[in-house]
Amino acid sequence: MALKIVKGSIDRMFDKNLQDLVRGIRNHKEDEAKYISTCIDEIKQELKQDNIAVKANAVCKLTYLQMLGYDVSWAAFNIVEVMSSSKFTYKRIGYLAASQCFHESTDVIMLTTNQIRKDLSSPNQYDTGVALTGLSCFVTPDLARDLANDIMTLVSHGDCVKRKRCSVLIMYKVFLKYPESLRPAFPRLKEKLEDPDPGVQSAAVNVICELARRNPKNYLSLAPLFFKLMTSSTNNWVLIKIIKLFGALTPLEPRLGKKLIEPLTNLIHSTSAMSLLYECVNTVIAGQYCSSVGSVVLCVQKLRILIEDSDQNLKYLGLLAMSKILKTHPKSVQSHKDLILQCLDDKDESIRLRALDLLYGMVSKKNLMEIVKKLMLHVDKAEGTTYRDELLTKIIDICSQSNYQYITNFEWSVSQPVTPHPPGISVSWWTIRVFAVAQMATLLDNAHLLTGSMQRNGICEVLYAAAWICGEFSEHLENPLQTLEAMLRPKVATLPGHIQAVYVQNAAKLFATVLKSQEGNTDSTTAQETSQLMIDRLPLFVQSANLEVQERASCILQLVKYIQKLQQKDVEVAEEVIALFAGELNPVAPKAQKKVPVPEGYLDLTPPSESESEDEQPKAIFAKEEPKHSRPRHTEVDEKELARRREARKQEQANNPFYIKASPSSQKVYQDAPGVEHIPVVQIDLSVPLKVPGLPMSDQYVKLEEERRQKERAEKKKKEKKKRKEKRSGRGKKHDSGPESEEDITPAHMVDIVTEEMPEVRCVSLQIQFSTSRIFNELSPSSFWVFNEKKSSKHKKKKQKKEKEEKEKKKKKKKHHHHHHHSDGGGEESVQNGTVEEEEPLPVSVYDIQGNLQDGSQVVVSVIFENKCDSFLKSMEFNVLDSLNSKLQRPEGSGPHDGLTVPFQLPPGVSNEARFVFTVQSIVMPQKLKGTLTFIVKNEDSSTHEKLDFKLHFTCTSYLITTPCYSDAFAKLLESGDLKGSSVRLEGVNMPFHHLLARICFHHHFSVVERIDSCASMYSRSIQGHHVCLLVKTSGQTVSIDAKCDEPTLLGNVLDEIKQTFSQC
Amino acid sequence: MIKAILIFNNHGKPRLSKFYEHYTEDTEQQIIRETFHLVSKRDENVCNFLEGGMLIGGSDYKLIYRHYATLYFVFCVDSSESELGILDLIQVFVETLDKCFENVCELDLIFHVDKVHNILAEMVMGGMVLETNMNEIITQVDAQNKMEKSEVTSVLA
Repeated sequence: MALKIVKGSIDRMFDKNLQDLVRGIRNHKEDEAKYISTCIDEIKQELKQDNIAVKANAVCKLTYLQMLGYDVSWAAFNIVEVMSSSKFTYKRIGYLAASQCFHESTDVIMLTTNQIRKDLSSPNQYDTGVALTGLSCFVTPDLARDLANDIMTLVSHGDCVKRKRCSVLIMYKVFLKYPESLRPAFPRLKEKLEDPDPGVQSAAVNVICELARRNPKNYLSLAPLFFKLMTSSTNNWVLIKIIKLFGALTPLEPRLGKKLIEPLTNLIHSTSAMSLLYECVNTVIAGQYCSSVGSVVLCVQKLRILIEDSDQNLKYLGLLAMSKILKTHPKSVQSHKDLILQCLDDKDESIRLRALDLLYGMVSKKNLMEIVKKLMLHVDKAEGTTYRDELLTKIIDICSQSNYQYITNFEWSVSQPVTPHPPGISVSWWTIRVFAVAQMATLLDNAHLLTGSMQRNGICEVLYAAAWICGEFSEHLENPLQTLEAMLRPKVATLPGHIQAVYVQNAAKLFATVLKSQEGNTDSTTAQETSQLMIDRLPLFVQSANLEVQERASCILQLVKYIQKLQQKDVEVAEEVIALFAGELNPVAPKAQKKVPVPEGYLDLTPPSESESEDEQPKAIFAKEEPKHSRPRHTEVDEKELARRREARKQEQANNPFYIKASPSSQKVYQDAPGVEHIPVVQIDLSVPLKVPGLPMSDQYVKLEEERRQKERAEKKKKEKKKRKEKRSGRGKKHDSGPESEEDITPAHMVDIVTEEMPEVRCVSLQIQFSTSRIFNELSPSSFWVFNEKKSSKHKKKKQKKEKEEKEKKKKKKKHHHHHHHSDGGGEESVQNGTVEEEEPLPVSVYDIQGNLQDGSQVVVSVIFENKCDSFLKSMEFNVLDSLNSKLQRPEGSGPHDGLTVPFQLPPGVSNEARFVFTVQSIVMPQKLKGTLTFIVKNEDSSTHEKLDFKLHFTCTSYLITTPCYSDAFAKLLESGDLKGSSVRLEGVNMPFHHLLARICFHHHFSVVERIDSCASMYSRSIQGHHVCLLVKTSGQTVSIDAKCDEPTLLGNVLDEIKQTFSQC
Repeated sequence: MIKAILIFNNHGKPRLSKFYEHYTEDTEQQIIRETFHLVSKRDENVCNFLEGGMLIGGSDYKLIYRHYATLYFVFCVDSSESELGILDLIQVFVETLDKCFENVCELDLIFHVDKVHNILAEMVMGGMVLETNMNEIITQVDAQNKMEKSEVTSVLA
């Protein structure tokens, strides 16, 4: 026996150990992969041997290879073998390997349970140590469940301090994987907070802090205990953890914040540890809304010390914390502007970026020019770096923030080459247009400076605006010919296509102007020369790859050639050419109007369509400008159109029974309420983004939605102000026919709440918009409805003035909006929707019913609750009147009429989704369930209990689940003869066949099995396993659907629903 | 929580990688590579914090690193850790290595990565800081090494 061991050891001496492996890899730099693969073969051989020492050595090498990126999971069983060695040396190697490569899906992990249990109770404390360390890395829910008790025993009875600490720490991992263990273990954990050993104590603090981060409000009750620890502990690690924990707790409990101020201030004054000081400051900031100005000032002072420190890390953290203060106490930070500007000169980019962030919030009317000037200096210095891109983006952000509210000196702004010039803005600077045009001309002249390297930054976008401005206001140009020449330079062809297009178009406008001025002269040759210039230069653009450019250029080229012919016959053409581009844009200057104070209680009655285009949608103007032939008519049409729309809207409003009047006081509240959402945000619409901070795709939708919402609010607010101003200044009839843009009126804006000249209708303080389409698009493709009915009490007050004609028009429009997503709703429901959609003051919900594949008797209804009003909604309770067939699943112990609490609250503008499970017995019939949503509307001063009735429509379609089916299986199914047939004909379906199929697939959860010309077979399956087969044929406008299903009633209903889908389109 | 601890050299060769959350080997290598790219292009005299972005865990996570001679020590941590605290911890880690290996250099880490792991295990457990006192750590490491030695000699004897 002894001999065998000795022999094994001798064998071992010939094996490669870890060091040999590493050396070997270093010696085989050229063919590393090959060398490693031979090593892995050797390791496999070694693992086959009985000698545990050899195995451990092999496992040790595998751990190293794992670090280099090799998958070693194939050796998992051998790792377990090494782990279970009785020798500490090997055990440790085994556990290390396991901690590096085991994870939840490693199957041999379940073999380790008993081994770990043995090690945990081993008399050798180091065995326990390695086991705990290993376990902390690869603990699975099963291990956590099986070992929770053993760990608890260690926590309470462990004799050794180290073991105790480890076991306390590992409790967190156990809780994570096996949450049920938290409740019974918590008292013991709490006990450990007061353990005599500081190590154990710190471990307990650590665990509780991690737990509290996940769910702070459950740990508020521990605050007094932590408070005691904070004032008594001297361990900085523990203190930092506790202070961080308080930072998470104070927002939940304002009183705590007040209580903390004193000890935190003391710590700030007394501690020498910067890390502790910094965390104290952070926590004071977290509770700053309730803390005194004095403490904030103290924090800012301390942060200033950090920022002034030569240590870059402190500087960085100081700026980071400063930006948190900026959000609530901008004034206190603004006084340190000097310091922050100084940081812009720092050699460290992270610090410069932090400082830039801070600057964004510090800008005011007074200091904007100074700050931008300073930033421009930095732009010059930072040539060719990514930092410069960031700088430019920031400058633009700073200038454009809050709708250019800080820009008082437009002339200055125009002269800044990088500040954004969305044409819309320039238009609103009507008064300075002459100046602007001159600047733009210079800009075009110097365009070559901007192109080239600037192009990738999108700076050339400014040329787009410049070219247009010069064309449009060409009569203000000092030297139009020179500008024309500049616009036709060959270099222009290197610009992006959409800019070239604008160049070409505006060159034509300039040409007209030039012609006009030249024809006044007696010498006709100059005019002809100008034409020749156009004819010479335009072919360059005719060859452009960009269609737009090509098309415009060839059009204009032919025109100019014709003009030249006329010129040669000495015909005066200038007037006619000018007529091509006649008609001026009449801008509105909402900024100017905003500045006039609003008379109290005044109404906002501006039509919604006007104010958007100039500011929010710079491109909108361009869109108008493009079809040149329509230009002269355009403003006129707009005015008429506008008047018509206004009238229609007025009617709509009058007819709408759900229009709510708000009291003047509530309107005032809305006005005064500060909030980020109310700050108008300008979207600079550059098709080449300067530098967009990376966003994960899923967030983009949210962002879009958020932007849209903000925009809506902003618009609304602006409209209100604007209108007030108009009335006040006595210029009620002021020209307000700015070009109208429909561009951003998406189907989501279905509510226009604004009426003109109807003083008795007050602007609604509850901001209401019904936004369905986006939500629909987001959710899974099944049937959606809108459900909501308003409390009737309010509606009765509505004016019922109706004009038949108008009403009908309205209905049509609504339907049009609707049918895309609202497919299966019965007749009754569409009426509901039709009316409710107009105005929905409280939560708007959308729901989706999906069958549960696993359980044939369950459907899941996902409801999206969206709070469209300005109040906080809480205590929502969802209740449905059960029918015999369908029942809402309620938690055990609750009665059949109890509502389900919706597990969230809704702050204004927030939406959230809740799921409710229903059990259904029979799925062959559609069903409607009545329900109520009760909730509490909480305003600043009051809260009311409200109720919303709704209906859930369980169509038969919602029990179908899209299931793919192969054609042979499909044929077999039809041949089997178990299925009963039925058919339906649809007349007057006017859509391509593939649209029709797509519609059936989308709305009714079918999948296409086979399609031959105008004939297709489709299949779906119900949650209870009924097969539904369709044969769809089309000829002309008639569609016939032959269907087979093993359940005739279900089939009949599904066909009815399909029919309904198509009757709505 | 500490999400990962990485040590790599000036060329991005990994010398130790400890992930406290499971990733596949490929992802791990990618994380190491990207972290190296982020860290290596920074100047010497800049701050030691880096917002890791999407690298690990998202915006709540930061990379906190120190650069010693040929090695980068990078800790990826979430916002529950104190930035300055972690910097201190890295310092303690390196000083401990220095004590245990007697003037530690890159070669020590290359050939004894298992020992480095054992030392680290005494400081951080499952992503949570266990011990920050260097003497305490060294006592524990020494005791275990002694035990290992006694086992080896007993086999050979």
